[in-house]
Amino acid sequence: MSGGKERILARIRAAVAGAPDVEITRVYRTTRDLPGAVELFAERVADYRAAVHVVAEAEATATITAALAGRGAVRVVIPAGLPPEWTPPEPVADDPPLSAAELDAVDGVITGCAVAIAETGTIVLDAGPGQGRRALTLVPDYHLCVVRADQIVADVPDAVGRLDPARPLTWISGPSATSDIELNRVEGVHGPRVLEVIVVR
Amino acid sequence: MSGNAAFLGMPAFPRNAAAAVQDSQLRFNLRKATRTIRGRRASVVAELPDWAELRAAGRQIKDHTLRNLDRYLLQLEEAVTAAGGHVHWAADAAEANRIVTGLVRATGETSVVKVKSMATQEIGLNEALGRAGVTAYETDLAELIVQLGDDWPSHILVPAIHRNRSEIREIFRAKMAAWGRPAPGELTDDPRALAEAARLHLRERFLSTKVAISGANFMIAETGTLVVLESEGNGRMCLTLPETLISVVGIEKLLPTWRDLEVFLQLLPRSSTGERMNPYTSTWTGAAEGQEFHLVLLDNGRTRVLADEVGRQALRCIRCSACLNVCPVYERAGGHAYGSVYPGPIGAILTPQLRGMASELDASLPYASSLCGACFDVCPVAIDIPEVLVHLRGKARHPRAERLGMRAAGWVFDRPARLAGAQRLAGRLRRFVPGRLPGPLAAWTDTRDLPDIPAESFRDWWNRTNGGTR
Ligand code: SF4
Repeated sequence: MSGGKERILARIRAAVAGAPDVEITRVYRTTRDLPGAVELFAERVADYRAAVHVVAEAEATATITAALAGRGAVRVVIPAGLPPEWTPPEPVADDPPLSAAELDAVDGVITGCAVAIAETGTIVLDAGPGQGRRALTLVPDYHLCVVRADQIVADVPDAVGRLDPARPLTWISGPSATSDIELNRVEGVHGPRVLEVIVVR
Repeated sequence: MSGNAAFLGMPAFPRNAAAAVQDSQLRFNLRKATRTIRGRRASVVAELPDWAELRAAGRQIKDHTLRNLDRYLLQLEEAVTAAGGHVHWAADAAEANRIVTGLVRATGETSVVKVKSMATQEIGLNEALGRAGVTAYETDLAELIVQLGDDWPSHILVPAIHRNRSEIREIFRAKMAAWGRPAPGELTDDPRALAEAARLHLRERFLSTKVAISGANFMIAETGTLVVLESEGNGRMCLTLPETLISVVGIEKLLPTWRDLEVFLQLLPRSSTGERMNPYTSTWTGAAEGQEFHLVLLDNGRTRVLADEVGRQALRCIRCSACLNVCPVYERAGGHAYGSVYPGPIGAILTPQLRGMASELDASLPYASSLCGACFDVCPVAIDIPEVLVHLRGKARHPRAERLGMRAAGWVFDRPARLAGAQRLAGRLRRFVPGRLPGPLAAWTDTRDLPDIPAESFRDWWNRTNGGTR
């Protein structure tokens, strides 16, 4: 195996010998303030045909209850560390960890997120508290994600700067989709077919 | 599924193209699909006022990485290993297949799930696994259509772009049962119903298979992180649920720093599917959540490309497929004519360099173009495809291929005046401004992804050219 390594490295060195290096100029937009980031985020999430609600802190619990009822979601799994006010009365805890088949049998999952991006309507999960391991937001068919307004950043560079690459990250922009059949966008293939986002100010 | 061997036995581009141009269903499917996606790309690219700057940075980051590839690969290896992963180096396809087959065998499993990966198609991994008694299940919807139909991929992003909905329904009805859960009895050709059939067909397999094989869109040298962009969630299923994950990645997919993703996560989705962001992007570093993780670094001709001063820019490619979608030759000829897993303009410059130009097919590929320059204009990492094509033509002069190639182009551009005008204009501007024009001219470049091909019905074409012989 090390034979392959030495061969590849030697070929690379021979191939680029004498070639000049290239400087990287970063004159594109980087971190910035974006007035109206919450509104833009909500609009962009809705563009992916996900349901979005923007509510005051005090309305969070009622909005979550109504959303679950609206989807008929009774057995809802929650990750460790989900704030109590976002937790339904009789949740399914992932403790001990549920099997894939058990996850497949629940009605949905509620999580928070690590960062959200206004410009692209993206939420990013980093498997931290209130988010859980990656399978939780993958196998159930309905994902309800609660985003705090102060987690919304303007654009992709702001998000990359805030995230820790050592953690497994999942960037989610709308429900699972495919355009493989005549380039028609169809929501819902293997990931959750319904994504609902609640932004809490 | 057919793989490399089938491609290698294919006749040269001109003959393939001639056959494809006569297939009116294929032409109709392709034209409809590429038109849709061109429009989407143009509108989301126009949203970003700094597209030209992002594109310049993308090009520079890739060039800098390639210049220092040895150093960054070693840094990557160290970071992946420190995070609990295992790194393997494969100089060619045979070595890569040997490594992966050995790793799968060591798990004792006889089936693997796969998420779309061009590198594993390039090396014919499914066939190699099959010979070792391991069945590889493709999970990307389009790959599934290709696999069930015993067909070849024809587009980088949408490998089954040449199939329409009723053909897909027929494939599902006839073939799903042999590969697992059969298609529902009442299957219609509504894309929604077809997607649902794929969901049901693969669900059980995702939940129970213990080994997955993936590629990656990017690898970060600094942190050892791998990045996969996708839409359906089959990627997340493969990356997350199995106990063992094996990723086969070309050595050119490297980026030096985590921060570099801020450029490529803007360039790729907008260029590729024409979305602001693709539905799912997964990043992981080493053995995530207790998984066993193996990274196989693949050369297989890439260092040969790297040694060519003009041709090496092809290694900047991030496989977005924007160049396919604007290419008038691709739109008429389809992906199969290129005889490789890399179709379209990028295939015309990458395949002959990766494989050498020994076969008639490979030597004819640099002639599979009219040099109109539309591919260069849309390329998010500014690969000057026409420049490389001309360079390759000069490197291996091939009079027969040239003659045939030109004739193939002649079939395609049957009403040359408008196109020629647009080409001349594009060609002249290209020299001064790569990509997006500043100021008031921006509107022109933003909407002008491609000089519109004069529409000619198949029938008109047939009559006028006497069945393509003229
Ligand atoms: S050559 Fe450029 S446009 Fe074509 S697939 Fe590669 S990155 Fe995209």
